[in-house]
Amino acid sequence: MSERLSVRKTYKLYIGGAFPRSESGRSYAVTGAKGEFLANASKASRKDLRDAVTAARKAFPGWSSATAYNRGQILYRIAEMLEGRRAQFVSEVAEADGVSGKKAGELVDAAVDRLVWYAGWSDKITSLRGSANPVAGPYFNLSTPEPTGVVGIVAPPMGPLFGLVSVIAPVIVTGNTCVVIASERAPLPSITLAEVLATSDLPGGVVNILTGSAAEMAPWMAGHMDVNGLDLTGADAELAQKCEELAAENLKRVLRPGGKTDWAADPGTARMTAFLETKTVWHPIGI
Amino acid sequence: MTASSNASLRAFLHGLPGVDRVGADARAAMLSTRSIKTSAKRQAIDMAISMVDLTTLEGADTRGKVRAMCAKAVHPDPADPTVPSVAAVCVYPDLVAEARDVVGSSGVKVASVATAFPSGRSTLEVKVSDTAFAVAAGADEIDMVIDRGAFLSGDYLKVFEEIQAVKAACGEAHLKVILETGELATYDNVRRASWLAMLAGGDFIKTSTGKVQPAATLPVTLVMLEAVRDFLAVEGRKVGVKPAGGIRTTKDAIKMLVLVNETAGPDWLDPDWFRLGASSVLNDLLMQRQKLTTGRYAGPDYFTLD
Repeated sequence: MSERLSVRKTYKLYIGGAFPRSESGRSYAVTGAKGEFLANASKASRKDLRDAVTAARKAFPGWSSATAYNRGQILYRIAEMLEGRRAQFVSEVAEADGVSGKKAGELVDAAVDRLVWYAGWSDKITSLRGSANPVAGPYFNLSTPEPTGVVGIVAPPMGPLFGLVSVIAPVIVTGNTCVVIASERAPLPSITLAEVLATSDLPGGVVNILTGSAAEMAPWMAGHMDVNGLDLTGADAELAQKCEELAAENLKRVLRPGGKTDWAADPGTARMTAFLETKTVWHPIGI
Repeated sequence: MTASSNASLRAFLHGLPGVDRVGADARAAMLSTRSIKTSAKRQAIDMAISMVDLTTLEGADTRGKVRAMCAKAVHPDPADPTVPSVAAVCVYPDLVAEARDVVGSSGVKVASVATAFPSGRSTLEVKVSDTAFAVAAGADEIDMVIDRGAFLSGDYLKVFEEIQAVKAACGEAHLKVILETGELATYDNVRRASWLAMLAGGDFIKTSTGKVQPAATLPVTLVMLEAVRDFLAVEGRKVGVKPAGGIRTTKDAIKMLVLVNETAGPDWLDPDWFRLGASSVLNDLLMQRQKLTTGRYAGPDYFTLD
C-alpha cells in the first residue's frame, strides 16, 4: 500500500465571510522563525483591499445595530471556537514565532482570555463613556458612545495571534467593522483565526483579513474615503507618517503606533475608546 | 416590407434567422472580459455619464425628489464642473412639467414613460392619451411599453399598430419602445420584437422597464444591437438602443460600451444612439471618476443619496 499523500492547507484571504484568493493571483512564501518554508500565503492587492472595505461597509449597519449583549455573546463564541482549535493554533504560533510549545500554549490561552475580557465590555462601555449631562434648560441631555464605522487595522508584525486578537476585539466589540492587514512576516495564524471567525456567528464582513505587504496596502487604506478609522499599531514610523497624512483628507480617527506594545499587560479601554464617537441628544421635557 | 396583415408580419418575423443562444451568451461573456484602464477608462466613464437616462419610476416619487434628481442630472458632481451632464431624465407623465422646469435649456432631455407603464395593460385610447399628455407637458422623449401578451400570443399586428398610433401621438418627440425582454422568454423573440418595433417606427428600442428581472443582460443587448445594425443595412434608417435596469456598476456600464463598439460599431457610441437607463450607476461612475482624479478610493458618503 502506497504512503498517504499529505493534504496541505491553502491559505487564502477572508473577505465578506468568504475565503477568496487574491484578485491579483499573487502569493508569497511564508517562512518560520528559523527560515524554513511553511506555506504560500495570498498576497492581497489594493483591489482586494477595496473589496474588503466594501464588505465591511455593507456589514456595518447590521453589526452596529445589534444589541451590545448580542455582540458580547458572539465575541465569547469566538473565544469558545478558538479554544476548541487550541492545538492547531499552538503549533502554528510555535512555528511562526519559533517559541516552545509551552510558550505558544500560553500565548493562545492569553488570546482566548483577551477575547473573553473584551466580550464582557460590550454592554459596559456605554455606561463608562456615556453620561446624563446637567444642562440649564428643560431637557434631558444624554451622551452615548457610538461606533465610528469601518476601521482599517495594520496588525502588529509580532504576536501573530495574541497581538492580532488584541487589536481586532476592541474594534468590533463596540460595533465597528474592520479590515485587517495581517502580519506580513507571520500571516498563517490570521487565516486560521478567520476560519474561527467564520464559524462563530460573526456576520460576514465584520472582520476582513488580508495577507500581504502592509507597505503596499496601508496607504490605499489610509486614503480610502469610505474608511473612518485607522489603527496603525503594526506600521513602522515611516509608513505610519505616510498613512497619517493620507488619513487627514477625510479626518479619520487614527490610533498611532505606540512603540513596542506589551500585549500581556492590562490593555485598559484605550483601544475601544479610540474608535468611539460621542453622540449627545437633547430631549425636551414636558412637551 | 409592408405590414398589411398579421400573416405577412408573422411570415417576416419568423423568417428572421434564429439566434444562437449559446453563441450569443459566449460572445457577450467574451467581450465583457475586455480590460479598460487609465485614460481609456476615463474616456469611457465620461461617455457613460453622458449616456445615462437618470430614472426615477417609483410610486413614491414626489415633486421634490424629481427636482433633486433633475438638478443632479444637469450637474452630476457639483464640485467638479468637468463632469458632463447626463443625457436625459426619465419620469412618470405627471412629473414631466416639474422636470422640464428644472432642466430648462441645459441640454438635458426630459423622457417620460407612457402607455400604461409598466404593464401596458390598457386600451389604445388610454395609451394614446397618456402619450399626448406627456408630450404636452414638455417631454422630449416617450418610453412606451409593448403589449407583451399580444406579442407572445402571436398578435403582431396589434403590437405594430399600437406602436404606430403612439408614434403618431408623439409628434416631434422621440419614441423609445420597451420590449421587456425579461418577459419575452427567448432571444429569437427579442430579435423579432426589435424588428417589429423598428418597422413600426420606433426611434429607440429599449430592453426593459426595470420592474421585471432579468432586465438588461449583456446577451439581450447584443441581440438588439445586431438588430439595429441589420435594420440600418436593410431599411436605411438608424435606430438607437437603450439597455435599462440592472446596470449598477461602472464595470457594467463599460461592458455595455464595449458591446456597442464591437457589435453595432462606433457610430452608435453617442448619446443620440445609445443610452443607459439607470439610477444607481451614476454614483458609481462619479466615484470611479473621482478615484482617477484624486488617486484615492472614493466613498459613498460624499455623493448624494437617491
